[in-house]
Amino acid sequence: MASSITLDRIEKRYGALPVIHGIDLQIQPGEFTVFVGPSGCGKSTLLRMIAGLEEISAGEMRIDAARVNETAASKRGIAMVFQSYALYPHMSVYKNLAFGLETAGFKKLQIEERVKKAADILQIEPLLQRKPKALSGGQRQRVAIGRAIVREPKIFLFDEPLSNLDAELRVQMRVELSKLHQRLGSTMIYVTHDQVEAMTMADKIVVLREGRVMQAGRPLDLYNNPANRFVAGFIGSPKMNFLSAKLDTNDASRRTIELGGRRVELERPIAAREGEPLTLGLRPEHIIAQQEANTLGTASVQLVEHLGGSTVIYAATQDGQPTTVLLEGQRPFRIGETIPLSFNLANIHVFGGDGQRV
Amino acid sequence: MALHSEILSKEGRASALRSRGTFRRILERNAAGYIFLLPWLLGFFGLTLGPALASLYLSFTNYDLLQSPDWVGAANYVRILSDDPKFGAAMRVTFTYVVLSVPLKLAFALAVAMAFNRGIKGLTLYRAIFYLPSLLGSSVAIAVLWRQLFASDGLVNMALWQIFGFEGPSWISNPDYALYTLVLLSVWQFGSPMIIFLAGLRQIPTDMYEAAEMDGAGKARQFFKITLPLLTPVIFFNAVIQTIEAFKAFTPAFIISEGTGGPINSTLFYTLYLYQEAFGFFRMGYASALAWILVIIISLFTAFSFLGARYWVHYDE
Repeated sequence: MASSITLDRIEKRYGALPVIHGIDLQIQPGEFTVFVGPSGCGKSTLLRMIAGLEEISAGEMRIDAARVNETAASKRGIAMVFQSYALYPHMSVYKNLAFGLETAGFKKLQIEERVKKAADILQIEPLLQRKPKALSGGQRQRVAIGRAIVREPKIFLFDEPLSNLDAELRVQMRVELSKLHQRLGSTMIYVTHDQVEAMTMADKIVVLREGRVMQAGRPLDLYNNPANRFVAGFIGSPKMNFLSAKLDTNDASRRTIELGGRRVELERPIAAREGEPLTLGLRPEHIIAQQEANTLGTASVQLVEHLGGSTVIYAATQDGQPTTVLLEGQRPFRIGETIPLSFNLANIHVFGGDGQRV
Repeated sequence: MALHSEILSKEGRASALRSRGTFRRILERNAAGYIFLLPWLLGFFGLTLGPALASLYLSFTNYDLLQSPDWVGAANYVRILSDDPKFGAAMRVTFTYVVLSVPLKLAFALAVAMAFNRGIKGLTLYRAIFYLPSLLGSSVAIAVLWRQLFASDGLVNMALWQIFGFEGPSWISNPDYALYTLVLLSVWQFGSPMIIFLAGLRQIPTDMYEAAEMDGAGKARQFFKITLPLLTPVIFFNAVIQTIEAFKAFTPAFIISEGTGGPINSTLFYTLYLYQEAFGFFRMGYASALAWILVIIISLFTAFSFLGARYWVHYDE
């Protein structure tokens, strides 16, 4: 049975130092929510507050309808997978899985049944008698997840659980976690600084910065309609290009911006004053290396990355603005070559001087 | 054949010369190192290994400092093990002391280390203060102070009288209590194992406790299921070191009993008995045999400790 989580103006202070600033968030039952943001943004602190490992300084947290601010971690119906796995090194895998159940006073048969079920889900039956030191990183990860599963919690929390794995294993575990979520149907909150993990796994992404929610929503909503320059830059890989521009005309019939000495006509009205400096956001995959109506002019190629299925070009426009371009297929560009760059108006994002979308 | 032997002999000489040359080259190359090592080597051979081997030899003699030693075979050992009531008394006292003082000291050290590990203010200062008795503990001055504290008109009895109106015995003159005052003195010197416990506690990852907390484990269960098992390498180290130290304890008993091991042999530590035999009665051969028996006891204890460690000490992992 999955549960909902409500954060109502949640704050965290260490002495006089505030680190989480009045966060409001609603997580639906069964939702896979990913907290994402750079180091120090407060995502792990927020997760630990939900877990009950950190006190909530102000605001209210509810699981389903019940306030849980004062409820002990073990009584919240939450299980957590730690970044370091936190497996008990002196216990066998079986004992690690059984520890929480033994503590809760389960009978031996029940414990055996639950451990076997979790081991079956995670395919770790052959490892049950081993100690953690005899396991690979991926196996340890599974055991850590297993320890959470056996408790049959209403909510799972994951604190950067894949960060210690190599790239290949991360991709594999990412898929397995998504499958696990589908199978269990539990509410899951997952913390990562990797936006690819966030995009691929989440039902809902919460982008955090300096203890504040910058935007929360479905992955493609964040990709297509970032609320601010920070989210626009954080979501998407390679990172969005930000080009300096100025609002030229902004009246009912016509809206133009000046970009690198050229005028670009906008399709929709924007909330800014004429002459105001703006930032034009263009994703690398939305730029084409051709001369078309909406052009960035020519750019000088500075570096080319051949990825096989695609080519990444790092270039500088005529007015010196660094621009990344992601092109499909294998493109024979050379360093120093001058290429034309254009874009589709429908794909641009415009941000005001305060970084907010206008 | 003769020619063959001559060739072989020449080859042998050449080989010997070559190896002598190689040895000299190695010596020359490492001369600076050997010079730096020399003080330690002199100390080790002259003051440790030499006397140890000499005492091994003397343990099979009737050496008495005045006459040259005569070989008596295993007579000293036979007498110690079959016809020496004081040896039995010293063993009883020493084992009682070891069995009481080591666990008590370790338990106390661990308790204080855990209190410090909670992250209190001024930890460095407290750590230094609590370590101080370990530095002073085996000194003559502290033993003298202890003697004053536990004498019939000492501070302990004065405090008992003032607080509880109870007239305490002379703790160090009463054979029923004398050994326990020495155990108390030993426990008071908990600083050294406490520092090591503290370092061990700091090594246990915090998220291990957080995982246990999420699993619903209270503080007591966390202590017995997480802290103690993960601390076993440190407990083992401290136990071995402290046990060896306890077997070798000498100064406190010597000062408090004024070298007699009294009252009624109640503080006759093994080393004190050994000292009496060597420097009281000048039975150097007999005392050497006693010393080697202690070496064997400590070696056996250490060996069994290491053999048993695999069943309860969790390394690494």
